[in-house]
Amino acid sequence: MERRRSFPDVLAGGIFVLIGGAFVAGSLGYELGTPLRMGPGAFPLLVGAAVAALGLAIAVKGLVAGEVVSFGPIPWRAIALIVLAVLFFGLTVRGLGFVPASAVTALLTTLAGSRVRLLTAVAVAAGLTAAGTLVFVVGLQLRIPLWGPWLGF
Amino acid sequence: MELLDNLALGFSTALLVQNVLYCFVGVLLGTAVGVLPGIGPTATVAMLLPITFGFEPVTALIMLAGIYYGAQYGGSTTAILINLPGESSAAVTALDGHQMARQGRAGAALAAAAIGSFVAGTAATVVLAVAAPPLARIALAFGPAEYFSLVLLGLIVSIALARGTALKALAMIALGVLLGTVGQDIYTGTPRFVFDRRELYGGIDFVSVAVGMFGVAEILRNLEDERTRTAIVSRVRNLWPTREDRRRIVGPILRGTGLGAALGVLPGGGHVLASFTSYAVEKRISKRRQEFGNGAIEGVAGPESANNAAAQTSFIPLLTLGLPAHPVMALMVGAFIVHGITPGPNVITDEPELFWGLIASMWIGNVLLVLLNLPLIGFWVRMLRIPYQVLFPMIILFAAIGTYSLGFNAYDVYAIVFFGILGYVLIKCGCEPAPLLLGFVLGPLLEENLRRALIISRGDASVFLTRPISAVLLALAAAALAVAVLPAIRRRREIVFAEDE
Repeated sequence: MERRRSFPDVLAGGIFVLIGGAFVAGSLGYELGTPLRMGPGAFPLLVGAAVAALGLAIAVKGLVAGEVVSFGPIPWRAIALIVLAVLFFGLTVRGLGFVPASAVTALLTTLAGSRVRLLTAVAVAAGLTAAGTLVFVVGLQLRIPLWGPWLGF
Repeated sequence: MELLDNLALGFSTALLVQNVLYCFVGVLLGTAVGVLPGIGPTATVAMLLPITFGFEPVTALIMLAGIYYGAQYGGSTTAILINLPGESSAAVTALDGHQMARQGRAGAALAAAAIGSFVAGTAATVVLAVAAPPLARIALAFGPAEYFSLVLLGLIVSIALARGTALKALAMIALGVLLGTVGQDIYTGTPRFVFDRRELYGGIDFVSVAVGMFGVAEILRNLEDERTRTAIVSRVRNLWPTREDRRRIVGPILRGTGLGAALGVLPGGGHVLASFTSYAVEKRISKRRQEFGNGAIEGVAGPESANNAAAQTSFIPLLTLGLPAHPVMALMVGAFIVHGITPGPNVITDEPELFWGLIASMWIGNVLLVLLNLPLIGFWVRMLRIPYQVLFPMIILFAAIGTYSLGFNAYDVYAIVFFGILGYVLIKCGCEPAPLLLGFVLGPLLEENLRRALIISRGDASVFLTRPISAVLLALAAAALAVAVLPAIRRRREIVFAEDE
């Protein structure tokens, strides 16, 4: 196998170390207990340490003899739009109601595709909102108001 | 005959009109998502879980199970026709199946897959019916120490699910276990890692993790490279295999069924393992080894049978021990719990109608799949023409709505974003998401049984080694870990896998 540095390996290792370390730090704030009666902090401490150790091993291995993984392009626009769309839904579904929240979410997501025209996106979003309303509110009797209190109804 | 009585009870439940109907809906949906690349059974079941809350428990489970094995089936159709496996276990089918399609023998390949799947599904249903009750009785003798060791074994075996290095898979499992500790501690009620947010006290919802890791992350991957898929599908004709083909597929189907039924029982991704193993076996014993990779019908029939048999028998750990063997099974645990049933050895005695009804429905589902697939093959092929620009916004929107409707908790929706991004980055770095999901589901069981076992043994950790069943399970886990990690053995494994590719 070819020996080389692998950026993805180091990145993955770093993420594991970071998350594992954060959980270890957090679990020290809880009671650890004794082996007989383990406190709430003991298990996360153990597993967090394991995650951090495995992450370290992955990162070190990535520096010495990494797995050859091509990282590829990153669709920044799509990521930003999809994140925005889903966050918007969570933030506004209660206030704006089901229909406006779904419509905006659907429109933002549709625009995440690279070669989409605005008119097509509006049409797709309208269709998806109608479908979503039919399936979830009419069909499944989901109890979310169609139009929310922020709109003054 | 007790077995016959049980099966009669099962069929009388499964043949109720609404159960047949939802079984049909399940396998139909399952085939659809199996055919469509970019959406898999895990994300689908996660999105549909809230819908089933209003159903009878047995109806809900029949439909969810239908989605699961329907998707295995649909995945092989696209693997054969356009060399695009819809499900990870269909990757092997694509090797020879697509070659056959290019030689104009798509019909024979599809028929071999269908016949193999049906035979395997039928046999594995019987295995399930025969093996589950005694296993459930054994499981009743399991204490916390045995459960801990069994869960650990399941987690380690799930390394086989991942294509990357064993080290990364292990880290993903541990990360999943770690994320599972968010929320209130089971013994003391202390809220852990909740940042003072009451919404997080109940823990991170499993559906958010599944939808984020398998739905959103997968969509982001697909949006990297938006070439339109041009499906050059020749017309499929001559579905009925020739006499020569029929003779050649008998052995592979039978061997594949046996292998699949045995490997499917392993908690943690037996079906992928089963199809790879079956392909390797068929290649090794075949007299026409050079045909493999160039359209050998044995290379389609064997793995397809193995994969379908494993999909059925992977219900054994779920129904007898309450251990999910696949992310979809983990979602089904959620469905059991919502309906007030704890999955485990007691299901078979407390809810015989549900237990046997579910098993019988699998056989009915297999019949429905054959009826659905062979005549409707043109329809499935046409479905591949749905533009991705419509498909992916639909998945995102329905995922957001579905997740929100679980508990009307906006944090569940934010969690999709978090896990979508985390999953995307980790997948890009060569880490597979399935082990993380299994770790997330099994983690709380691991912690609970570890702590309970230690309380019972008065803090003596040697209890895991002195109880015989637990010791055997731990030894198996250690062996599995050694196989996955040790370089010498791994190199040999790579050679086996390289031959397959």
